[in-house]
Amino acid sequence: MPTDADIAALLITLKLAGLTTLILLIIGTPLAWWLARTHWRGKPAVEALVALPLVLPPTVLGFYLLVLLGANGPLGEHSLAFTFTGLVIGSVFYSLPFVVQPLQGAFAAIDRGYMEAAATLRASPRDTFFSVVVPLARPGFLTATVLGFAHTVGEFGVVLMIGGNIPGSTQVLSIAIYEHVENLEYARAHWISGGLLLLSFALLLMVYGLNRRFKVVGP
Amino acid sequence: MSLEIGLRLSRGDFALAVEACLPARGVTAIFGPSGCGKTTLLRAIAGLEPQVSGRLRLGDETWQDKAHFLPPHQRPVGYVFQHAVLFPHLSVRGNLDFARRRCGDGPGPGFDEVVELAGIEHLLSRATPNLSGGERQRVALARALLTAPRLLLLDEPLAALDRQAKAELMPCLERLHENLSIPVLYVSHAIDEVARLADQLLLLADGRVEASGPLMAMLTRLDLTLAGSEEALAVIEATVSAIDRDYHLTRLAFAGGGEGRELWLPGDHLPVGRKVRLAVHARDVSLTLRPPTQSSILNIIPVCVDALSSSGPAQTLVRLRAGEIALLARVTRKSETALDLHAGQALFAQVKSVSLVE
Repeated sequence: MPTDADIAALLITLKLAGLTTLILLIIGTPLAWWLARTHWRGKPAVEALVALPLVLPPTVLGFYLLVLLGANGPLGEHSLAFTFTGLVIGSVFYSLPFVVQPLQGAFAAIDRGYMEAAATLRASPRDTFFSVVVPLARPGFLTATVLGFAHTVGEFGVVLMIGGNIPGSTQVLSIAIYEHVENLEYARAHWISGGLLLLSFALLLMVYGLNRRFKVVGP
Repeated sequence: MSLEIGLRLSRGDFALAVEACLPARGVTAIFGPSGCGKTTLLRAIAGLEPQVSGRLRLGDETWQDKAHFLPPHQRPVGYVFQHAVLFPHLSVRGNLDFARRRCGDGPGPGFDEVVELAGIEHLLSRATPNLSGGERQRVALARALLTAPRLLLLDEPLAALDRQAKAELMPCLERLHENLSIPVLYVSHAIDEVARLADQLLLLADGRVEASGPLMAMLTRLDLTLAGSEEALAVIEATVSAIDRDYHLTRLAFAGGGEGRELWLPGDHLPVGRKVRLAVHARDVSLTLRPPTQSSILNIIPVCVDALSSSGPAQTLVRLRAGEIALLARVTRKSETALDLHAGQALFAQVKSVSLVE
């Protein structure tokens, strides 16, 4: 059976994933909208930056974040390393492409004609975004939310680098598993691993089931 | 009130340079071949082509000049796109409410009036993806009208429709023409639609205005591409003057027509006194110096030759006057010589076929 420490790790994981997804939706939506519409020459560079976490070893991202957020970095004594806030910042970078890419795809797929029709019906660009673009991009938002959440739940390297492994504060499920295995507590590792496997499968099943027609980026 | 247009756009190898002043009343057809810039002009008027430069005024309101560009959502236009563009996430009523909510209770036509005019009462709760082409266009028209537009822009609303759907939408456009006083710009490349709906005509060719003016005069101008086309026709406004019950024929008198200047049309369903629009194709009119006495053709009108123009190597196009109306006849050059056709000559036009367009 899972112990109190495992439950604490679960709660931290869910809180981290929920908060990260929320922040990513707030900053990822305008970013994705801009990427979907801009003809700016520098767009490929921005797209490459957003996609970096897809290919980079999480430890690389974690290392740089540790340098940036740690006590020897610009923040000095306000260091965010080994804090929950630090974890959130790391996760936002780490899961960025999983939110931005589905949204960008969904926005790009919307026929401009709908936006033009809305404009001739006296809807301002902002009004059009919320009353036409967002509803039409709903599958993209669903995919972005689920992938952003699930991917944050599954993160390991970044958390280990910048969050350490402080039970009740920065210990998330993936690290709890690692620790159980290290201590040869296979039964406890099974409980959490099996639970995460089922949760991830259920989330992905929901995405693919609800948006059959929508393209999902793979990790 | 008028719509003053002075718009320019250059995009790749396409250039638009339109200078025109159109009366802001009735239906003005923007007519021309595919690719001549009709739709681009309409989009520019709606503000949907931000690269277009120049000036645009409706009455005393400036929509665009050197210093200003009124964004599309601030221009009081209603726009019906060629493919309707209904919002797929909203029902028919949702689409109509989208327009109504944003335009408040303006001076325009009310919800019930618009829904009735478009004939879509029974569709209100339907989802838009399941509508037929004709239904979609009627909803799009109603949606555009609910913005209380001061100018209605229709971009080939019939082009994507099949025959049946066209037959549904056409009466709706005619009711619009009769009941609402909103000026309409109607883009079309089908001369029969233009003949049916338009009051004025703006002819476009290669992004430039070829000519503009009242429909009937424009159709019979021999120097324009319209009269030169295979489909060349004249439109006549006439009044039902009598019905022949025995033979099921309708007699129509046209303005300035005197004795013998009348036309017979098969059918007897129109009430006496009704004003109608008739189309007479140039290819259906032949000329004779003396009135034939033993002919199956009913419509033989005394006319006067007004002008002649060569129409290809073998044919001549003749403009004829009968009272105040103008007709076109296409004859062979051989006949032109044989009859010694010349301006001012009085003769008779035999009209093989007249069709009711309104």
